[in-house]
Amino acid sequence: MGEFKVHRVRFFNYVPSGIRCVAYNNQSNRLAVSRTDGTVEIYNLSANYFQEKFFPGHESRATEALCWAKGQRLFSAGLNGEIIEYDLQALDIKYSMDAFGGPIWSMAASPSGSQLLVGCEDGSVKLFQINPDKIQFERNFDRQKSRILSLSWHPSGTHIAAGSIDYISVFDIKSGSAVHKMLVDRQYMGVSKRKCIIWGVAFLSDGTVISVDSAGKVQFWDSATGTLVKTHLVANADVQSIAVSDQEDSFVVGTAEGTVFHFQLVSVTSNSSEKQWVRTKPFQHHTHDVRTVAHSPTALISGGTDTHLVIRPLMEKVEVKNYDAALRKITFPHRRLISCSKKRQLLLFQFSHHLDLWRLGSTVATGKHGDTLPLSKDADHLLQLKTKVSKMPACLRSAVQIMFSEDSTKLFVASNQGSLHILRLLEGSFKHLHTFQAQSGTVESMCLLAVSPDGNWLAASGTSAGVHVYSVKRLKLHCTVPAYNFPVTALAIAPKTNNLVIAHSDQQIFEYSIPDKQYTEWSRAIQKQGFHHHWLQRDTPITHIGFHPKRPAHILLHDAYMFCIIDKSLPLPNDKTLLYNPLPPTNESDVIRRRTAHAFKISKKYKPLLFMDLLDEGTLVAVERPLDDIIAQLPPPIKKKKFGT
Amino acid sequence: MEAAAARVVRCGGSELSLRRAVFSADSRYLLCVSGDFVKVYSTATEECVHVLQGHRDLVTGIQLNPNNHLQLYSCSFDGTIKLWDYLDGILIKTFTVGHKLHALFTHARAEDSVFVTINKEKPDVFQLVSVPLPRTPRQDAEAGEPRLVLDCISPSPKCVAFGGQGDYVAAVRDFYLSVYFFRKKATSRFTLSSSENRKHAKNNFTCVACHPKEDCIATGHKDGKIRLWRGFDDERKYTYTCLHWHHDLVMDLAFSATGSSLLSGGRESVLVEWRDAAEKTKEFLPRLGATIEHIAVAPAGDLLCTSHADNKIIVIGRNLEACAVIQGLVRDSSVLTGLMVDPRTKALVLNGKPGHLQFYSLQSDKQLYNLDIVQQEYINDCGLVQIELTKAAFGCFGAWLATVEQRQEKEGELELQMKLWAYNKKTQGFLLNTKVSAPHEDRVTALCFRSADKSDVPTLVTASRDGRFKVWVLADDSDIYRKAEGWTCDFVGSYHKYQATNCCFSEDGSLLAVSFEETVTIWESDTWELRCTFCQRAGRVRHLCFGRLTCSKYLLGATESGTLCCWNLLSCALEWSTKLGVSVMEPDPRSEHVAAVARSSGGSDLFVFKPSEPRPLYVQRSICSEEVRWGVFVPRDVPEALASEALQWLNRSQFYFLTASQSLLTFSSKSPEEKLTPTSKQLLAEESLPATPFYFLLGRHRQQRGEQADGAADGERVQLPTTEGVPAVSELLHTPAHVLPSAAFLCSLFINSLLLATEAPSAEETPEDAEMEEEGERDSSEEEDAAPEQAQQAGLPDGGDGGDEAEALQQQLSKCAEKELRKLRRVDYSWVAVP
Repeated sequence: MGEFKVHRVRFFNYVPSGIRCVAYNNQSNRLAVSRTDGTVEIYNLSANYFQEKFFPGHESRATEALCWAKGQRLFSAGLNGEIIEYDLQALDIKYSMDAFGGPIWSMAASPSGSQLLVGCEDGSVKLFQINPDKIQFERNFDRQKSRILSLSWHPSGTHIAAGSIDYISVFDIKSGSAVHKMLVDRQYMGVSKRKCIIWGVAFLSDGTVISVDSAGKVQFWDSATGTLVKTHLVANADVQSIAVSDQEDSFVVGTAEGTVFHFQLVSVTSNSSEKQWVRTKPFQHHTHDVRTVAHSPTALISGGTDTHLVIRPLMEKVEVKNYDAALRKITFPHRRLISCSKKRQLLLFQFSHHLDLWRLGSTVATGKHGDTLPLSKDADHLLQLKTKVSKMPACLRSAVQIMFSEDSTKLFVASNQGSLHILRLLEGSFKHLHTFQAQSGTVESMCLLAVSPDGNWLAASGTSAGVHVYSVKRLKLHCTVPAYNFPVTALAIAPKTNNLVIAHSDQQIFEYSIPDKQYTEWSRAIQKQGFHHHWLQRDTPITHIGFHPKRPAHILLHDAYMFCIIDKSLPLPNDKTLLYNPLPPTNESDVIRRRTAHAFKISKKYKPLLFMDLLDEGTLVAVERPLDDIIAQLPPPIKKKKFGT
Repeated sequence: MEAAAARVVRCGGSELSLRRAVFSADSRYLLCVSGDFVKVYSTATEECVHVLQGHRDLVTGIQLNPNNHLQLYSCSFDGTIKLWDYLDGILIKTFTVGHKLHALFTHARAEDSVFVTINKEKPDVFQLVSVPLPRTPRQDAEAGEPRLVLDCISPSPKCVAFGGQGDYVAAVRDFYLSVYFFRKKATSRFTLSSSENRKHAKNNFTCVACHPKEDCIATGHKDGKIRLWRGFDDERKYTYTCLHWHHDLVMDLAFSATGSSLLSGGRESVLVEWRDAAEKTKEFLPRLGATIEHIAVAPAGDLLCTSHADNKIIVIGRNLEACAVIQGLVRDSSVLTGLMVDPRTKALVLNGKPGHLQFYSLQSDKQLYNLDIVQQEYINDCGLVQIELTKAAFGCFGAWLATVEQRQEKEGELELQMKLWAYNKKTQGFLLNTKVSAPHEDRVTALCFRSADKSDVPTLVTASRDGRFKVWVLADDSDIYRKAEGWTCDFVGSYHKYQATNCCFSEDGSLLAVSFEETVTIWESDTWELRCTFCQRAGRVRHLCFGRLTCSKYLLGATESGTLCCWNLLSCALEWSTKLGVSVMEPDPRSEHVAAVARSSGGSDLFVFKPSEPRPLYVQRSICSEEVRWGVFVPRDVPEALASEALQWLNRSQFYFLTASQSLLTFSSKSPEEKLTPTSKQLLAEESLPATPFYFLLGRHRQQRGEQADGAADGERVQLPTTEGVPAVSELLHTPAHVLPSAAFLCSLFINSLLLATEAPSAEETPEDAEMEEEGERDSSEEEDAAPEQAQQAGLPDGGDGGDEAEALQQQLSKCAEKELRKLRRVDYSWVAVP
């Protein structure tokens, strides 16, 4: 693997925002997640839970509700009173529209997908018609006394249930009037709360309304008579979210204590048709409030203040017990937040609303393997750049990804219209050189760029189509790497050989020779043999690929939990060999080391690893973000008595 | 001689909490296993009503006959299943299975067959089999061929449960739950993770229970979790819920009769009721005293009971209030005090619960009471060194009790305390009089009171390993505030710094013998002067006792190296000695006999001898296979006259001994027989009446009535008024309430009817005779209607007749009252018109 001096950077004080809403789309098996800072992320659950799309947020847009409608259309609503539709191709906001009801607390699309309901601060429920290009206000329902915090459609689309403070209303869609008003008990088990907030409702096709409230209750109501059927007290704190499966045989609730409870409809006895809802398994994967839950056919998805997105597969629904059946906990974005200037030893950190520039510290001391060297010069925080809207050329205004060439003379910009711009940088100004137009028919924006060190080649990849390689010299498309089923997570072009290395979300790595327009021998060999099963079972995508300036056979790459150097000259590991070999002790004889050595050299010393790259031949920089540091910056969780303390 | 040999019999004290207790269908009786017997207790009075005797080995399971709830099945290690009529204590049938039976289960669906747990080949592989029971009129029958239901199960009956509808049976073992479906004839198995890591390491199943109405299985686990399994008919779609309150393993689980709540218990000695099987709605019954081993629920749903590790059964009402306690002999792991007899109650006294002394009645096989000696909260935590009660002795005819407790951590300092308790006649119990902390510097090895006349000062001697013996006397401890007396040290004796190993007073209290390792020293008890020493150089003296009555001039000593010596105190010389490895030596307080138990290769042997002659009177080889730890002679209330010469020693006292495995055994010259007393039988007949509110008003009198009937001879008994069967009252009760006159009007009449009619004027009787006869017939026919029903319920062959007889008697006696009412009926109907 070689010996390196490592800059272990822990001053990147990145704290992801808490998750506010999740919305699962059954058709495309995608999950939309909105965070408290207004960020919306889209995860592709079929592509190894890869975060493939990302809409940056804004301070003024606190999202409170998120829903999919008409298949692929994503809407969000927030406390600024606007309904926003997102353009999933161009990765931009399509339009926003004021609902004129004050802050919006809840939103639900009708089962047919043609109508959209929003619940507002002023107690009004507003119905919107979803047209192909825009949404259109249709009518108001009977106004209620207090804010509408939750909404749910009956699967037939004739009624809705709306949760407010202290009561649940059932509306008839045709007349727009409240059919029933079901009052919720404020007091339960002797605990009296000032108000009982209905955080979530779910309307089942048999007319049952399930409500979750701030008193910790999950209640079942009969909407035909407006009566309470059953109460489950599940928590001492608020129950904040509910999601029902499509089959209506199970649902999930999330509590402010961080617990997620699963309820299932089971038959009372095996030979009777009578069924009852029972609370089955509790899951404690969160430390803070579970603000939102979703129920995919095979998994329970939850997110909350502690910023983790947890995907808990349901074992009974999983066909094969493979690695997909394992619990996933997604904390960090699946993209690079850090870029590094190798020559000047600078690190640029990207936050949601600003950028930080740091100079790495340095040391004069030397030591042996494993030593921690004292710093002679501390790391410097050089500057902080805040977002500022100023006059920008049109092509830069909606850039998805930008990249400098190695010699800093050119800037490559991927715009959200699917085109790529090349700008020449001059002293204090720049000049637009060329625009590579999007391929005919697609408007998909490119979100990953790679430039060859000699500046001749530019590789760009979108979320679904293949990787395009452009010749910067001749300003034309050179070739297209054949499309692969899984999205690209990282791209890089090797120096000298101009081999394009592509990492996909299913952990596959390809090496494509740009001059030869074909996959390299090594890439073919590894595809033929297949990757080690442990390699394929890693659950975070590779976010960065680098190369060793002196050893062309080495490829450096990392994900959140490991750093790997692939030595193409060594034999590939097969399933029998140990993939994660610890570093062999130095006194071991070379023969044994050579016999056990294989191409993948993996180090798990640094985790969670957000960035790692070579500064020069013997120096690495590793940016870590320990989870404890993130938790320390979160608000304190609800205190619970722990037995034995 | 062979015929005259005394039999070794178990005398109660056997474990009541070995298996779940069973309630009768009407919750009046509680049935539980007790060694080789099954005991029938009344839930209301806590009394043992019957002992079902017949099995020849440990009874391992009892279940009510699902087809007739007045019958009981029991199974035993002797390989038989017996069917009993538990109300009468009659054995109905015996089915021989042939295997050692470990547990018994019945179910209404499985007609004519029961389920038992057996192990066939390997010692650890148990099988649940169904055994068909043939319908034969014969009393003894061979059971049918067992059919395998489930293999590889746990031998404990807690680990097997039948579904409420009888559709399935669930069994747990180690880390898996197996469910066998009778209809599908298929087994599903659900396995929990058993990896070594901290989270799953204690996932072991400990017990299982099935919901009576729904398809729901509750399992208890070693980490204290309770899992509720549902949807287990599909091996993929099964699901479970966790309930977690217990911090130690869940010992037993039971659903209430309707299934609305789940009961669980464990080492915390807290009964937890989970209402609606929900985590947040639970109720507790704490401080039950000892680990809950079993929980049983009455089929009627009104009672439940918990069996505890300290051989106790607590009957608990539905509102979680303990209403009866059935306490057997507490088996402590180490009986350090040995066996003693309380001179007042003749109860056996030994270590009970930790830090307690228990008084156990040998006659009624029941614990009389517990005396808390240590008076500290017992903390149930393994690895904690507890205070142990090591020595106790009674003195001055039960007026004083001395106890010694000690606690020693490894390499820690010894904490020693001696307490002296005075008997208080007012409270009928022992009160702490003197507490002596650190009476000695090392362990106390012996403790004995001087058995002296009442005039003498009570004297206690303690011997210790610190090389001293101390004499304690009762002295005046009064001050200006109160009059009191307390114990103080009077004399400290030692002999060449040897460890004092034992001490003993002669019968008249004039001499004290203290053994110092190999030497026995004799002290004058008036002056505490050393009189003489005996040394045999045959090892440390372990047991020491003076002869009694005619043999009071002899002193017996048994050494560790296996020599039994007898010294003559008059000649100060060794009278005789023999090689005998004595483990227990006990003198009989009522005769000259001394019983010695010696360990030999075939078990333990008993020798009974008189100190005056070196030849034993009676020898019985291998009285039990294990070591005998303690023995005691308990004086008989009425001396028996046993004809046999060899059994003369059993005439005045009975010898009880405790083995290493805590079984209390004795010698009996009688053959085993039914000890059912007639009173208990009668008690039973009366108790089988339904307990309606009116029963409490009227039924009591019926009982007294019965006593009166058969106890007509003893005239001094006060005749109490009888109300039941009195027509006046029955009229009152049968008339609809809306046509009754005001209570004020009826009151005097009612009171009158309760008055006794000693001299019934016969002259007035005659004119109404015909009518009365008719009335009487009607009444009796009504009664007769009811009587067969009762008889059926009780299953008593003679129940009906007895009832009728009693009825007839009551008819006669209440004629006067009846007449009163009839008079009233004829005369006064004006109240009907009165608004």
